[in-house]
Amino acid sequence: MRQPNGQSAPGKAASVPPLVVSDVSKIYTVRGRGRGKFIAADHVSFTIPPGAALGLVGASGSGKSTLAKMITGSERPTSGSIKFGDLAVERLGAGGLRSYHRRVQMVFQDPYAALNPLHTVAYHVARPLQNFLGMSASRASERVHELLEIVGLTPPAQFAGKLPHQLSGGQRQRVVIARALACDPELVVADEPVSMLDVSLRSGVLKLLAELRANRGLSLLYITHDLLGARIITDEILVLHKGKVVERGATKHVLQHPKDEYTVQLLDAIATPFAANGAATTH
Amino acid sequence: MMLLHAQGVNVVYEPSRGTRIWSVRDVDLTLQQGEFVGLVGESGCGKSTLGFALTRMLRAPARLENGAIHFNGVDVASLSGEALRRQRRKGFAIVLQSAMNALNPVRTIQNHFGDILRAHAGPGDHYSEGAVRRRGAELLGKVRLDPNVLAKFPHELSGGMRQRVSIALVLALEPKMIVFDEPTTALDVIVQKAVMQTIQELQRDQGFTAILISHDLGVVLESTDRVMVMYAGRIVEDQPSKALVRGLHHPYTEALLGCYADPRAEEIHLEGIPGSPPDLSKPLAGCAYAPRCPLAEEICWKLVPPLAPLGSGAAACHVRAPSAKVPGATAAAAKAGAGTVATK
Repeated sequence: MRQPNGQSAPGKAASVPPLVVSDVSKIYTVRGRGRGKFIAADHVSFTIPPGAALGLVGASGSGKSTLAKMITGSERPTSGSIKFGDLAVERLGAGGLRSYHRRVQMVFQDPYAALNPLHTVAYHVARPLQNFLGMSASRASERVHELLEIVGLTPPAQFAGKLPHQLSGGQRQRVVIARALACDPELVVADEPVSMLDVSLRSGVLKLLAELRANRGLSLLYITHDLLGARIITDEILVLHKGKVVERGATKHVLQHPKDEYTVQLLDAIATPFAANGAATTH
Repeated sequence: MMLLHAQGVNVVYEPSRGTRIWSVRDVDLTLQQGEFVGLVGESGCGKSTLGFALTRMLRAPARLENGAIHFNGVDVASLSGEALRRQRRKGFAIVLQSAMNALNPVRTIQNHFGDILRAHAGPGDHYSEGAVRRRGAELLGKVRLDPNVLAKFPHELSGGMRQRVSIALVLALEPKMIVFDEPTTALDVIVQKAVMQTIQELQRDQGFTAILISHDLGVVLESTDRVMVMYAGRIVEDQPSKALVRGLHHPYTEALLGCYADPRAEEIHLEGIPGSPPDLSKPLAGCAYAPRCPLAEEICWKLVPPLAPLGSGAAACHVRAPSAKVPGATAAAAKAGAGTVATK
């Protein structure tokens, strides 16, 4: 794995504010047949300290992505508050959100859908540079090369002009990560960033995220149903079930001593070659 | 009883003049009636293409370059038109990777059953709406879905339910062989486990032959009897699933196993696989895995290794499974100390 050449000063963590989610609920009203209320998040509270990595774990429908949307400002909570430092995220207007998005970026689940098939790698990574940082096209193009190098797409000149379909899934996800890092964010929200990737590519992307977090001092919210990934890159996890937090604590401790039945179920559902057939091979 | 016998299967994609991508290379394969086989490898290794070739689903720019495919005594490689359609009726079927999106959004599940039953109805068979409903309900029961799903539209169902519906649709024609192409990739772990359990139960109860295509060795080992590992279009290892986690292997299989760990372990160490698969538009001189292989010897760069006996199965590796037919392989194996390498 290539070492990212730490573009931002180490010790940036000091300037990254904590993200404080307090008592947040989100209730969707369902219209039409089967009308009623759907509770996607039920009084959820947590804090991501500066430079920390928090895992949000749960099956589909547990409300993980809804929380991500509220944290990035694309949904508003029904009640409760989300504070990034002094900033009340749930009250931001269009202008406020724009400058907020400079500081908080998202890595999406599906690298096949997150890139425009008609635009090159360089275009995708340059957009935030021009939009948020007001860079000139030539300055942005230099920075694009630096970013591609950071995410391990080397030599950058070879990748910059490529279209998404010319890249593998793992390479596309690295482009999505480079784009998220472009405007030097303080918090990255990664929503299932490896679930669409081959098992053999996952560890590479996970290692990249862990290194970026360590070297750039950014905070990370890692949303997943993959407990192995959560174990590798997060310090603390929250297990969500039907919108409620059912368990929380230091990642290793929670996985080794799960208390909630649902956490146990998630652990048991993992298909590993070693658990299968009862072979006790360990690496 | 032998159900499928394929020999020397090659599939080439020719997206434009002068570009030829050899996606499947010289694959020999024999499946017994009722066997449950896994086909594992990274994206682009040709596993789905091989599944498509075996079920005659290849479309331009892909084509079967040469090779013979005998299914239940019939040479299916040369079939076309009505004869091929007949094979699709009771012969073989495929559950597609994108099965979750393969359902028509403006038609109910019952309409889907009606389409498939009527399109493949034999002469004299007539399916009234009532008959479709009865058969649909029976098939949904087999995949553990309630009959009231028949009246629903695809968007009213969850991903796992849609996947179950597409499996029920394939069961409608009682095929002898079903290819499952990444049936659970887009589902979360708990749903994935439940769907895989249903597939296993169905396979056991109905006795069809199944090929499970997946990039996830964990999922494959949990459900299949036998696993084949593909790399760069070739089958590089073929082992009983129960034997795969023990003993010596093809170094690529070992690397795949290195991508797994128990999240509960005290220390986690993930290997990953450095480098990337070879460019399939270029001819390969030696072993396709040699550039990424920690054990590669001189011979690996020169000669393509044939499948040779290893453990309870076979592997294509000069170092781990030296073939008597390849002069010099035994020497390379001895030099690399293949016999003495301890199991990790």
